[in-house]
Amino acid sequence: MQFLQQLINGVSLGAIYALIALGYTMIYGVLRFINFAHGDVFMVGSYVGYFAATSWVAHFFPVGSLPSTILVFLISMALCAALGATIEFLAYRPLRSRPKLTVLITAIGVSLFLEYTGQLVFSANPRGFPAIISNRPIIHTASITIDTVELVVISLSLVLMLLLRLIVMRTKIGTAMRAVSFNQQAASLMGINISKVITFTFIIGSALAGAGGVLYGTEYPSIEPLMGILPGLKAFVAAVLGGIGNIPGAALGGLIIGLVETFVSGTAASTYRDAIAFAILIAILVFRPSGLLGKREIEKV
Amino acid sequence: MKLRTVTFSPAISILAVVMAFSLFISSCKTAGGPAGNDIPVGEFASLTGGTATFGQSVHNGDVLAVEEINGAGGVLGKQLRLVTEDDQSKTEDAVASVQKLVNSDRVIAVLGEVASSRSMAGAPICQQAHVPMITPASTNEDVTKKGDYIFRICFIDPFQGQTMARFALNSLGKKRAAILTDVKQDYSVGLDEAFKNTFTFNGGVIVSEQSYSTGDKDFHAPLTSIKGANPEVIFVPGYYTEVSLIVRQARELGIDCPILGGDGWDSPELTKGAEKEFNNTFFSNHFATEDPDTTVQSFIKKYQDKYHAVPDAMAALGYDATRILADAIKRAGSTDSVALKNAIAGTKDFPGVTGRITIDKFRNASKPITIIKVVDGKFHFAQRIGPNGEALTPFQP
Repeated sequence: MQFLQQLINGVSLGAIYALIALGYTMIYGVLRFINFAHGDVFMVGSYVGYFAATSWVAHFFPVGSLPSTILVFLISMALCAALGATIEFLAYRPLRSRPKLTVLITAIGVSLFLEYTGQLVFSANPRGFPAIISNRPIIHTASITIDTVELVVISLSLVLMLLLRLIVMRTKIGTAMRAVSFNQQAASLMGINISKVITFTFIIGSALAGAGGVLYGTEYPSIEPLMGILPGLKAFVAAVLGGIGNIPGAALGGLIIGLVETFVSGTAASTYRDAIAFAILIAILVFRPSGLLGKREIEKV
Repeated sequence: MKLRTVTFSPAISILAVVMAFSLFISSCKTAGGPAGNDIPVGEFASLTGGTATFGQSVHNGDVLAVEEINGAGGVLGKQLRLVTEDDQSKTEDAVASVQKLVNSDRVIAVLGEVASSRSMAGAPICQQAHVPMITPASTNEDVTKKGDYIFRICFIDPFQGQTMARFALNSLGKKRAAILTDVKQDYSVGLDEAFKNTFTFNGGVIVSEQSYSTGDKDFHAPLTSIKGANPEVIFVPGYYTEVSLIVRQARELGIDCPILGGDGWDSPELTKGAEKEFNNTFFSNHFATEDPDTTVQSFIKKYQDKYHAVPDAMAALGYDATRILADAIKRAGSTDSVALKNAIAGTKDFPGVTGRITIDKFRNASKPITIIKVVDGKFHFAQRIGPNGEALTPFQP
């Protein structure tokens, strides 16, 4: 059953895209702009994971042990959250009353800044990501193999997504986030601290990107400073596909992109992998301009 | 109407003088060639990026050779001066690097690159400027077809692909092969074609052909397809960064047949963290450190003394390329571009670390090939094949 194996490959790739896509979609939801630096926060997440696993945490716990792995994830998520909040504070907040285009260009600038600072600090050499999850096959038959890494990638992504859903739907700050995304002005008149909500959104989104970075490094153990560009782009596509601003949509979009990519890669047309993935995006947007789960919005003029 | 008197302000006249002077200097440079006490030799290499160890190794080999030559009095009474540019493993940057070397550093010859795509990007610039270029390790056939100023001192892809196909059939006795090619690299595509033709011509079957692109990290999908086709051997003619992930992921998916590759595998990074997974893999290469030949052993010793590391084939090729260039300058008696080009073309039986090197009429080197067997992350000598495909030594499994 080659089909089954490709399905598992696709789901584990899609789960990582989904984690990154959530960050895009949440920030779009509250601020109505695309944070192009998000893919690079994901890259920083990988590097933080690398340094945490090989040196910081390695002083206390051996690489691959459970406490080490948990700490690596937490450190990476925390530092990425701090980075996201800092970017918002320094680059986007001063421009909040400016046209959206200005913020968009700034986001591209921040993205390039992170990429090339990364090359300067980490060097352009790819590094091998440490095996923070010891890789053993769980199911191993002639036709299908599932190993621990794939299982952790898929299950951890699911847990994080459910946690996010819980935060957004059940907590006070989540309600505030939804209010801000409905109508910023009305929300602020109701006494919601808009800045606090926006900072919180960046913190959550960037933490997810950090976790995504560590998972990506674990699954594909070779990291470099420009690694965030392509997954970032794919995740952005996933977010648009699912309906930007819609959280379950981002998860669904990530899954679809991961599956399409994997199934195309496994055929003779593998050279057209990205072309086909993007063609599907265009086709869906022709029939559903607001994405699969997105709601139609009427622009007020 | 009153005529206005025009006066130059002192600032403008100083500027004019400076400009005239700089024009004079630059025209002198164009006419005179290298006028100083040294001979500038350009080198473009991937010191960072996806194939960083290639560039670093070649650079180490180049530097070792230059120091040795200068220590022995240089050439034509002058010292060689190596001007190095890092192209970050990117084709665009290779173009910019060669342009800088040729137009601004005014080098008399260019050494580089390892990756065929980047050598082919730099070659037209050297050809147009009539600056001889020697690539130490670009094996794609088309590289030296860019013009009569472009040379190489390594074997070419068809030979490498043919050799690995015969190796799979004759030495390993495998009849069903799958191929996984990097479609973005001319090198990989060239090896793929040669392998496929020889393998099927001699009775083998290609059961699956899959591809990927440089920079990919996830190979589960093409590997799953390959596994479904049930091959006895897999040919992966890529570069080490991707190959390292491919072999790891192949073994994870339970593919345990032999995996073969070309000289793009030769890097200390190849097996890092995947020593076990790389057992039962073989690749064609330019030299083996276990070779008892005295030229090889003395090079290894010099290299280890300087860098405290075992040289790989790229370092050996860089070393050879630099020494062939110095030898050609000596024989030409000048750094004049036509004389130098003819002298490089006339290289015959040069005793290189990577074998005796003779430049043929297509400006390629004909020389033997070495097949390496990987055991627990270490590279061991497995077999040597001559330039016409004849086995020079028996296969040591």
